[in-house]
Amino acid sequence: MNKIEFLKRKATEIRMELLTMIYEAGTGHTGGSLSDTDILTVLYYHIMNVDPNNPKWEDRDRYVQSKGHAVESYWAILADKGFFPKEELKTFSQFNTRLIGHPNNKVPGVEMNTGALGHGLPISVGMAMAAKMDGKPYRVYTLMGDGEQAEGSVWEGAMAASHYKLDNLVAIIDRNGLQITGSTEDVMSLEPFGAKWRAFGWEVIEVDGNDIEQLVHVLENTPKVSGKPTLIVANTVKGKGISFAENVAKWHHHVPSKEEYQLAMEELSKQLEVLQ
Amino acid sequence: MTNAVLKSAKGNKIANRQAISEVLLDLAKENKDILVVTSDSRGSASLVEFGKQLPSQIVEVGIAEQNLVGIASGLAASGKKPFVASPACFLSMRSIEQIKVDVAYSNTNVKLIGISGGVSYGALGMSHHSLQDLAVTRAIPGLDVMMPADRHEAKKMIEALVKYDRPVYLRIGRNPVEDSYVSENYEFHIGKAVTMKEGTDITIIASGETVRIALDSAVALQQEGIDCRVINMHTIKPLDKESILKAAEETGRIITIEEHSIYGGLGSAVAEVVSQSHPVPVKILGLPDEPAIAGKTAEVFEYYGLSVDNVKKIAIQMVRGL
Repeated sequence: MNKIEFLKRKATEIRMELLTMIYEAGTGHTGGSLSDTDILTVLYYHIMNVDPNNPKWEDRDRYVQSKGHAVESYWAILADKGFFPKEELKTFSQFNTRLIGHPNNKVPGVEMNTGALGHGLPISVGMAMAAKMDGKPYRVYTLMGDGEQAEGSVWEGAMAASHYKLDNLVAIIDRNGLQITGSTEDVMSLEPFGAKWRAFGWEVIEVDGNDIEQLVHVLENTPKVSGKPTLIVANTVKGKGISFAENVAKWHHHVPSKEEYQLAMEELSKQLEVLQ
Repeated sequence: MTNAVLKSAKGNKIANRQAISEVLLDLAKENKDILVVTSDSRGSASLVEFGKQLPSQIVEVGIAEQNLVGIASGLAASGKKPFVASPACFLSMRSIEQIKVDVAYSNTNVKLIGISGGVSYGALGMSHHSLQDLAVTRAIPGLDVMMPADRHEAKKMIEALVKYDRPVYLRIGRNPVEDSYVSENYEFHIGKAVTMKEGTDITIIASGETVRIALDSAVALQQEGIDCRVINMHTIKPLDKESILKAAEETGRIITIEEHSIYGGLGSAVAEVVSQSHPVPVKILGLPDEPAIAGKTAEVFEYYGLSVDNVKKIAIQMVRGL
């Protein structure tokens, strides 16, 4: 199996895992976890230099999940990578679990507690600055939501990253176009989105964020420009992989019914078969 | 016993911020991981010289306090020891969510120095006063809260904080304050209050700039035949409950003085302890729940009764039951 096929299969397996977590826990952010699954899969299984046996390794690449609410794909991937036992996924959102509904740095592999939007980019700027100060080769990746872009602190971080020429920083926007109330363009319009980031001094790359091949290509070739931080606008589909959840705003944190769960798992199983 | 200045102290020209910047510069020369992080605030934090001597160890973020604390937490998470210096009014309000989540909750080793605290900014008004910062910061789990009484304590505090791997909010004022300590020659421990003067009739508990008022009041009360204990509660959190309860048991009455709203600060913290374990009368002196009047610190303090005369009057009333 080649790398791309492996990653596609992995992403589908992660979708099945996260859907099961949400269904069994009766809570979760389904749509956003499904939209960012391909991005996280490519980062964790192909791009980032991390070691589950040594999660605090000094030279590791850093990942900060600014859109903290889409934690299910993240937990599923960290468990699959071996940062903690897969068994533990059953405790997701249960009493006294550490696998709460947002990233929690008591869990190996998680750098920072997130969940309040607009925090991840400034934190990542600090991490990228530290790497530069110490002459370390690691990269810092942060994933933001598109609804999150209305937070002013995002743009404070954006200014600082280009001011300090942080070409070791890669910010990815899960541009699924939907937030809890509806379309991002109706709630607080973002377009022309790439132009805004370019004006802030970033190298901006657009990609189909659910296309594993494109993601691999773009992330392998980042940074493209020395001395500039990279912003990847990953155009995604909220609820990706489950036909009846795709592009439906209510799936932001809709928990599937038994029937929806079974239908969704059937769809994902079929996708997996095609990839055999 | 401590080396408190008990006679009327006059003439100190060195502000706490100056003392802090000097000790930080010395320590940072020895340890390149010590950074200062500023939000266009290096001048008001007396860090211009630091920036000149160690340009690679000062991080400027511009007027962006959320970014200030977020970046500092990212630096700390990567092994740095950032000391953030920004006006207390902005640091404790504009960036409070970053303090709560990125610093306290994520447990990053960030030291937050709120400069020009309390009513230091005088006539600039409520936007620039920070009279709620202790209330807000001490309610955040995982964050310690401190206030040095004078330049000696400010220096000792920074020396201790460099070796202390926990998030801390430290508030100082803008202008020089008269010494409360004769010298640096005393034991300083985070979380351990200093009994500046022993006494058996009543206890005054103060922190920061009001420690000087407490000492002067105790001296004045001596003339009235009242033996007043003075406790410098330099660490508001973790609070030295033992010294408070000991004072309650041994002196039976407590006055607290603080440059803070009467809601949620030092007085509240003391009352929380006393009311639960050894109830005694507690008089809380601070700023009332209104925008503070304009004026120099001493004028504002006088207006709101943070003065030797008022403390003396209240102490006499409490001791003699008048």
